[in-house]
Amino acid sequence: MTWLLDPLGYGFIVRALIAAIVVGIVCSVLGTYIVLRGMAFLGDALSHSILPGVVIAFLIGWPLAVGALVFGVLTALGIGILTERGTLKEDTAIGVIFAGMFALGVALLSASGNYTIDLAHFLFGNLLAVSAGDLRLIGGLGAAVLVTVYLFYKEFMVITFDEVLAATLRLPAAFLRLLMLVLIAVTIVTALQVVGVALMLAMFVTPAATASLLTRRLPAMMAVSALIGAVSGVTGVYASFYLNVASGPAVVLVATAIFAIVFLLNPGRGYVLRRV
Amino acid sequence: MTDFVNRIAFRGAEHEHGAGFLELRDVAVSYDPAGTRGSSARDRALALEDISFKAEPGEQVAVIGPNGAGKSTLFRVVAGLMKPDRGQIRLFGHEPDRHICIAYVPQRSRINRSFPATVEDVVMMGRIRQIGLFRRPREKDWAFVRTCLERVNAGHLAKKQIGELSGGQQQRVFIARALALDTELLLLDEPLAGIDLPSQEQIFKTLAQLRADGVTVFVATHDLNLAGERFDRVMLLNRRIIAFGLPANVLTAEHLLEAYGGHIHHLGETGALVVDDHVGNGEDGRDLAA
Repeated sequence: MTWLLDPLGYGFIVRALIAAIVVGIVCSVLGTYIVLRGMAFLGDALSHSILPGVVIAFLIGWPLAVGALVFGVLTALGIGILTERGTLKEDTAIGVIFAGMFALGVALLSASGNYTIDLAHFLFGNLLAVSAGDLRLIGGLGAAVLVTVYLFYKEFMVITFDEVLAATLRLPAAFLRLLMLVLIAVTIVTALQVVGVALMLAMFVTPAATASLLTRRLPAMMAVSALIGAVSGVTGVYASFYLNVASGPAVVLVATAIFAIVFLLNPGRGYVLRRV
Repeated sequence: MTDFVNRIAFRGAEHEHGAGFLELRDVAVSYDPAGTRGSSARDRALALEDISFKAEPGEQVAVIGPNGAGKSTLFRVVAGLMKPDRGQIRLFGHEPDRHICIAYVPQRSRINRSFPATVEDVVMMGRIRQIGLFRRPREKDWAFVRTCLERVNAGHLAKKQIGELSGGQQQRVFIARALALDTELLLLDEPLAGIDLPSQEQIFKTLAQLRADGVTVFVATHDLNLAGERFDRVMLLNRRIIAFGLPANVLTAEHLLEAYGGHIHHLGETGALVVDDHVGNGEDGRDLAA
């Protein structure tokens, strides 16, 4: 048991574990909507597009969350303008803005001091450097996201399942879609230090995709997804500690391994069992 | 923010019962054949024009007409899902897009069949406005959902995942969902196309109950014989209303010829009607009298 308990003697490991659990849960719960709505590409684009906002906030000493939120919303609006009147297809518009914004973020960062170290942290996270203040921010924003998902649970479910029903029930579709984008942007901020911009998508999609193979009701899918997210976070931190690999990729690799096992061996629907 | 909350918590338009049930006056709807938005008015094709009629509570109307006649478009404007270019639509004295008592079941619901929801979850989705914002369904809501499923004889399907249902079962579940939202106007677009006979019979049983409850039902169908036998009134549509009234007065050779052109055959002895609609759409062009 000592190998489990030893790392807990270090404050930075305890903070990393708490951050990984919270972020694992929040990303995975919101991720169920991303998977069910088929928004994976948009989620990936938003993760990358907030980089310039985060860099600007970092350089002028503002909370990173503010910069990320502003650029998250700007990106969403930009995609809306480009696709209006059928000028461009949505995935084309997302691609253009995503790459442009990401380049802007990298360019801004390259003009400042510790280019390589800072860039690596933004791209892949820096879980072992989570401070007590970071933890408060992650906890606060994460709780806000989960409470919002809980409050609008029915409405998000209907708009995800059947847009025609949502329209005849007169649900405010535009408001709910914008709220979803804001939630994604806020969640990206919480996950920035855990997995970073480049691997964010895995935290949104992989646990939820695994849960979708195992469950047949939305609340169960969210619970299983959250569990997988949290377990991946904890296991990833330990793997990072003992195997001396970067923490963000370790968390993502654990989540991916769980997905692979479930996909292959899932009772009834597993790839291997179907073939035996 | 209060505005947003009000819009979400908004309970729907008041019903002015003196104002008449459903009335359309001189409604015209156009669409853009190229599918690009913002094109100029003269590029647009008319889907419906000069549509004026009234319907009474509890009435059951079959809407018939060739492919492209505008049946689905009519349902979409009446449901408040799209705005007419011209004219007025009033339900209980208000525009339809403020009502939450209209249920519209499209021909093929574009739903994700692997969505993690059971049949009772899907029916409960019709109930969310009655449950209210920020609230969870309670035991009485689940009991009501089960009642709705029983009424379409689908109680035994309650725990099935939505993707496990056959086409006919899925259609019945969507009708149960319409019942769950306390619908006063039910719009069914081709509910009978491609479903098994028991499901078809069950749908007619449910429609008979709805008549007793005073729910108005519009059904778009290609089946002229069912339209003639099972409905109070028939609307024959081909961009305009060609005839609207009692089945015997609408389903005349003259009207049908006007709506369908040369593609209609009257089988003298049996009185059955056959639409030869292969030109428009092969899938629905089967022998409807068989």
